[in-house]
Amino acid sequence: MSIVTAERPQAQRPQRQKLSVVDCDIHPGFSTPEEIHPFLPERWREHVKTFGGHYRQAFADTLSHPRMAPEVSRADAWPPKGPPGSDLEFMRAQHLDANGVAYGMLMPLNRGPGNQRNLGYGAALATAVNDWQIAKWVTPEPRLRASIVVTQEDPEAAIAEIEKRAGDERFAQIMLPPRSLEPLGRKRYWPIYEAAVAAKRPLALHVGGINGYPASAGGYPSYYIEEQHTNVQGMQALVTSLVLEGVFERFPQLRVVLVEGGIAWMPALKWRLDKHYKRLKAEVPHLKRLPSEYIHDHIWLTTQPLDEPDKDSDLAETFELVGCDRIMFSTDYPHWDFDDPRFVLSKLTLSPEKQQAILAGNAKALYGLK
Amino acid sequence: MAMPNSIFGHPAIDCDVHIAVPNTAALMPYLDAYWYDAFRSRGIERTSFTLTGDPPNTPLAARPDWRPKSGKPGSDLELLRSQALDGFGSSIAIANCLFGGMALHSEDLAAVMCKAVNDWVADTWLDKEPRLRASILVPQQSPELAVEEIERRAHDKRFVQITLLAMGNELLGRRSLWPIYEAAVRHNLPIGIHAGGLYHHPTLNGWGSYFLEDYVANAFAFENQVVSLVCEGAFAKFPELKVVLIESGVTWLPAGMWRLNKTWRGVRPEIPWVKQVPSELVRQHIRLTLQPFDEPEGSGRLERFVEQMQSDQLILFSTDFPHWHFDGKDALPLSPSSPLAPKILYQNALDTYPRLTEAKATAAFAPKEISP
Amino acid sequence: MDRHVVAKVADVPPGDRKLVTVKGRPIAVFNLKGEFFAIGDKCPHEAGSLCAGRIVGLAESDVPGDYRLTRAGEFIKCPWHGWEFDIRTGQSWCDPTGTRVRAYDAKIEPGAELNKGPYVAETFKVTVEDDYVVINL
Ligand code: FES
Repeated sequence: MSIVTAERPQAQRPQRQKLSVVDCDIHPGFSTPEEIHPFLPERWREHVKTFGGHYRQAFADTLSHPRMAPEVSRADAWPPKGPPGSDLEFMRAQHLDANGVAYGMLMPLNRGPGNQRNLGYGAALATAVNDWQIAKWVTPEPRLRASIVVTQEDPEAAIAEIEKRAGDERFAQIMLPPRSLEPLGRKRYWPIYEAAVAAKRPLALHVGGINGYPASAGGYPSYYIEEQHTNVQGMQALVTSLVLEGVFERFPQLRVVLVEGGIAWMPALKWRLDKHYKRLKAEVPHLKRLPSEYIHDHIWLTTQPLDEPDKDSDLAETFELVGCDRIMFSTDYPHWDFDDPRFVLSKLTLSPEKQQAILAGNAKALYGLK
Repeated sequence: MAMPNSIFGHPAIDCDVHIAVPNTAALMPYLDAYWYDAFRSRGIERTSFTLTGDPPNTPLAARPDWRPKSGKPGSDLELLRSQALDGFGSSIAIANCLFGGMALHSEDLAAVMCKAVNDWVADTWLDKEPRLRASILVPQQSPELAVEEIERRAHDKRFVQITLLAMGNELLGRRSLWPIYEAAVRHNLPIGIHAGGLYHHPTLNGWGSYFLEDYVANAFAFENQVVSLVCEGAFAKFPELKVVLIESGVTWLPAGMWRLNKTWRGVRPEIPWVKQVPSELVRQHIRLTLQPFDEPEGSGRLERFVEQMQSDQLILFSTDFPHWHFDGKDALPLSPSSPLAPKILYQNALDTYPRLTEAKATAAFAPKEISP
Repeated sequence: MDRHVVAKVADVPPGDRKLVTVKGRPIAVFNLKGEFFAIGDKCPHEAGSLCAGRIVGLAESDVPGDYRLTRAGEFIKCPWHGWEFDIRTGQSWCDPTGTRVRAYDAKIEPGAELNKGPYVAETFKVTVEDDYVVINL
């Protein structure tokens, strides 16, 4: 009998316990590219049919590094009809029910309103995507929460959109891309943060954005594997900018969620910021505390893609260094680098209380969910 | 190996000290007739090419007690001797001279600047201080001219590595730069990637506001370079290639490897020439200088780094003189009695820089016997 | 060790795969040009269902920039994070020393010799001349 035993033990999964998680990163999809059109005013519907999107990159319909899976998605996440993430029934069965999702945060990346060079189209698209989230997802499925998608390069429009949605509790947060035209700490974006504080919503910054800069300070990466890695550097630069510009000094109520950037880079960034801040304080006299203190008070991180050191104990140490009260579970469903909650649990050699906080508690507290 | 003990009770090789060209005019003796004339008639000799990323008056640029009374930090040989070499008892120090002229858009002019700087370094520093070694400055914008400069300088074994910057025009793994690596391997020269840049956007999010922001961002650029070198296959193509990250901050690396290993497991077919987990390639090919070592003081991260990277061969002692990263003699965030200390202080450097051993017979190993 | 009938040969045409359950274990059965192989369906990484993955060849290279596909159709790529497993051995390509999925012995046996296994109920619907895929477990 040729049974080959695994040398590395198979991932230990806790026995079928009843899972109840808050998933901070679910991507809803259009069933067809035209699905958004009815949500656009006539003027922009005509515009998109004639001109399409207009970006700071080579391609009109795709990103510059082809992904390793169609639609960046799990091969098993294709519903009977339409692309992954586009069918609520299928999402319910495959993900919400199967993985015990008590609440799921929608992170619509569709058409990237914040990446549009035509600001008028971007703003109309943001409004359309927000209406579409409510109509297609949140109304029929109360476990889901919408994100207020805004165009960060047009703060006026962004603020109008935030104010319009502020009274609707189904919108849990405000979403913009971290790779904006300038680092998000800069003054031109502050009015958006003021509106976020007034609306009592956290900012959710999901990796991505098309700002026209190569994906590293050293130039364009050739391969998807490299470009994917720069998501981390995008988050690092974002945190650096928000902290050093004094955004948290100015907006003490502002809370920021970093989505899909991973976690393990955060401790070393805190150490680096603190260390060099001590020498170069004179340049940023508006800061009153150590960078790491602002980070801990204002920034939340999501787990996916879960960092996988060879030793689980390294992961637990990293979580403790980041702060288990600031980490929230996410799956990235239906994308290919999805994390299964059972797997995440099996990797987190932390106390049950901390595991619970990460899987659900921290998100419930941040978003005011029951 | 007959090297005297440093203040840490073992011999020490300081793999990153900074020396500075006092002004552009100092390079005039090293120019040919055309460029001599051009420098004079265009006023280039009177131009400061101070890099945006390296302003000389910041507290980071020089420790208060390491700042010369006049002139740029790192421009005084006597201070380098008394403070960096004698100060720590280092037997050898590898100097980096990051003259801003290398960042010019004209690759010809950048090449002229690099050539002049290298000759000036040999005359002004290496001839006078036998404990000193240097790095070959090359115009990174032009692999062709960079190789030319390497070929011109390589015979001088006191030049022990080739300097590239962390933020260049192109990611360093790219094939267009491979002629530089071919030359490096041919001459037993590691590539030293130093913090700093030719100045494009300092991060993928664009231009921030502060020098501090850019300085912190160097670590991000280093991580992208490691990823690029591994994924483009530079190490598959040049199995002998060694790369030293200089002034990189160090502690970001383990987490970067966890991430890269994970992604590689899933998307490996995109880069089928990478046949081992990336962290294994990094262990084989990449080294890092110690300072600045980004950690909360006394947190023991150096030991944790070694455990997490599963190698005690990666870190090379450095002071980053005259930059201000620590006070007094606290250059080694480790107990000198740790078994890691001799590896970090000198053994790893000897393994990394073959030219340090080739120069065995020189005064460097008996510094007391020859005085300049 | 028991022999389990898990499929009719005709159910799993060449290049195809089928998810079966033996003693409660999900197993992916593959037909590679008429040869049958069976491996545990749960990916040793995060337990994605291997049977739902894409069947691919092996990407290899001698030098950077050189791409070669060998052993077309002999690897299954996990539907989630894309780890590749050798259908013949269960061996993981990205982590050959550390990770494998179980490989089971899958044979074709003539239908007439068989009398038990999860597929038995359905054998009544087919003719005895049909061949069955059998797993030893
Ligand atoms: S679950 Fe199979 S590769 Fe991750």
